[in-house]
Amino acid sequence: MRRADIRIGATLLAVMIAIALLSPYLVDADPRALSPGSRLLAPSASHWFGTDQLGRDLFARVLWGARISLLVGISVAVLSSLIGTAVGMLSASNRQLDAVVMRVMDGVMSIPAILLAIALMAVAGGSVLNVVVAITIVEVPRVARLVRGIVLSLREQPYVEAAIAVGTTQPMIVIRHLLPGIVAPLIVQATFIWATAMILEAALSFIGAGTPPSTPSWGNILADARALWQVRPTLIFFPAGFLFVTLLAVNMLGDGLRDMLDPNQTEGQ
Amino acid sequence: MLGYAVRRLLMAVPVMGVVALVVFSLLYFTPGDPAQVLAGDTATPEQIAKIRTSLGLDEPPHLRFARWLWRTVQGDLGASIFSGESVMHMIGQRLQPTFSLLLLAVLISIGIGVPFGVAAAARRGSWPDRALTVFTTLGFSLPAFIAGYGLAFLFATTLKWLPVQGFVPLSEGLQPWLRNLILPAMTLSLVYSAIIGRVTRASMLEVLSEDYIRTARAKGVAPRRVLFHHALRNAAVPVITIIGIGVATLIGSAVITETVFAIPGVGRLIVDAILHRDYPIIQGVVLLLSAAYVLVNVAVDLCYTFLDPRIRY
Repeated sequence: MRRADIRIGATLLAVMIAIALLSPYLVDADPRALSPGSRLLAPSASHWFGTDQLGRDLFARVLWGARISLLVGISVAVLSSLIGTAVGMLSASNRQLDAVVMRVMDGVMSIPAILLAIALMAVAGGSVLNVVVAITIVEVPRVARLVRGIVLSLREQPYVEAAIAVGTTQPMIVIRHLLPGIVAPLIVQATFIWATAMILEAALSFIGAGTPPSTPSWGNILADARALWQVRPTLIFFPAGFLFVTLLAVNMLGDGLRDMLDPNQTEGQ
Repeated sequence: MLGYAVRRLLMAVPVMGVVALVVFSLLYFTPGDPAQVLAGDTATPEQIAKIRTSLGLDEPPHLRFARWLWRTVQGDLGASIFSGESVMHMIGQRLQPTFSLLLLAVLISIGIGVPFGVAAAARRGSWPDRALTVFTTLGFSLPAFIAGYGLAFLFATTLKWLPVQGFVPLSEGLQPWLRNLILPAMTLSLVYSAIIGRVTRASMLEVLSEDYIRTARAKGVAPRRVLFHHALRNAAVPVITIIGIGVATLIGSAVITETVFAIPGVGRLIVDAILHRDYPIIQGVVLLLSAAYVLVNVAVDLCYTFLDPRIRY
């Protein structure tokens, strides 16, 4: 089951990444090109997903939208994993620092993720970079807490105590004994952060606080369709379908990896 | 118990202090003049000066924070940059729709998630168990606004059973209130009930393998009684914990769901504030909803003693 999850998730994700990378070659239409004469056309051979209220080709916009969603998801997963690991390890290494850092992390985690992201975007302004930074700030405390917990437990292991006793330097202990123990849970956490980041990006763009409206992202396409979805439901369902399939792929991959890398955790579940 | 409640509330104070500091500081993380940033590129010098005065930007940061915190503790969240109206008053006017939505969503989620999780654990590997796995995977992959449009399309536009959008206050009757809220509440419940179902299943499986359950079964206690009387109560602590933690997801999703269903709640207020870059409103809503989340989790901690008499503080 877990292998099947990983296989299906990875295949779907590979297809989505291929679509994102190849989108300029897969469609001729410019996703930003306005065509007032072809507004709100139904799906047809010339416009596979139809057109929006400004006459833009929805198929081209949805395919290009994959780029933003995946870019934000991957960037946030990588950045928050790196920063969160550094913060978590630093925190675990010093008791006084730990008390301060963890209280700050608790405070940040007490703010619902989307609200913190909204507040950050309201002051930073709409851009893809700001979306990545805002969601990374939201996710770092979760990674830091995870890494700190693992490091504190690993530090008590006899093999780490033995390494300290024989005089292994601190950086070598971190590289040889602590980091390998962090990698597996961190990969699993990163996949879930990837999914969360894609949802947050779409949600932020949907309410007008994410990527600039001129950039075709799935959240922006859904936001544009807000007033017209009852007239032309396909304006909502095509971008929504792509977002759903991508999230499903990432979640299946994450679930499969978690079960594979940590069989004890799921044994009782 | 009362002593613990007071201690637990006092423990929430530093957390709220950090939340307040974070919310207050956000405005000053951005490079440049915050008043200029909020006013936008087309603002006149007068508009920028007005924002600078309303946010107290002429004062040193620590004084500004102390003054802002003191006002906030007294219930004064400042005034909207756009309308000049009191932020507390604006939030107060929109609390009923949001609170109604959250309450209904919590009730539906517990009503779906707990029985689903119990059924899945009682018959491991059976169809309810497999259905729960599929339901949770789908629930986690379906953002609230997409689920909302799907449900609205099916039940409002196609079947015409329920209204597409809007909110009716409870004072106008239970039925219209419920008819307008059921779709948005169902939308919110998808992820939340999936989380509750998954944790209930895991917790029940652990409890069902305990010796006292085997003893109860050996004594001939009816299976239903074993499940609900002996097992569920002991499995409830993690479930209650996740209900508390999940409130953050629920509050976040409510902001988006209110936009989909045109509900005039706190979520819509913050979305409208984004358009005007009305930071005092954004600050006020984030602070109040975060405080609500912290308080819910304090209440959850207090619930533990009722659920499990072995827990003493």
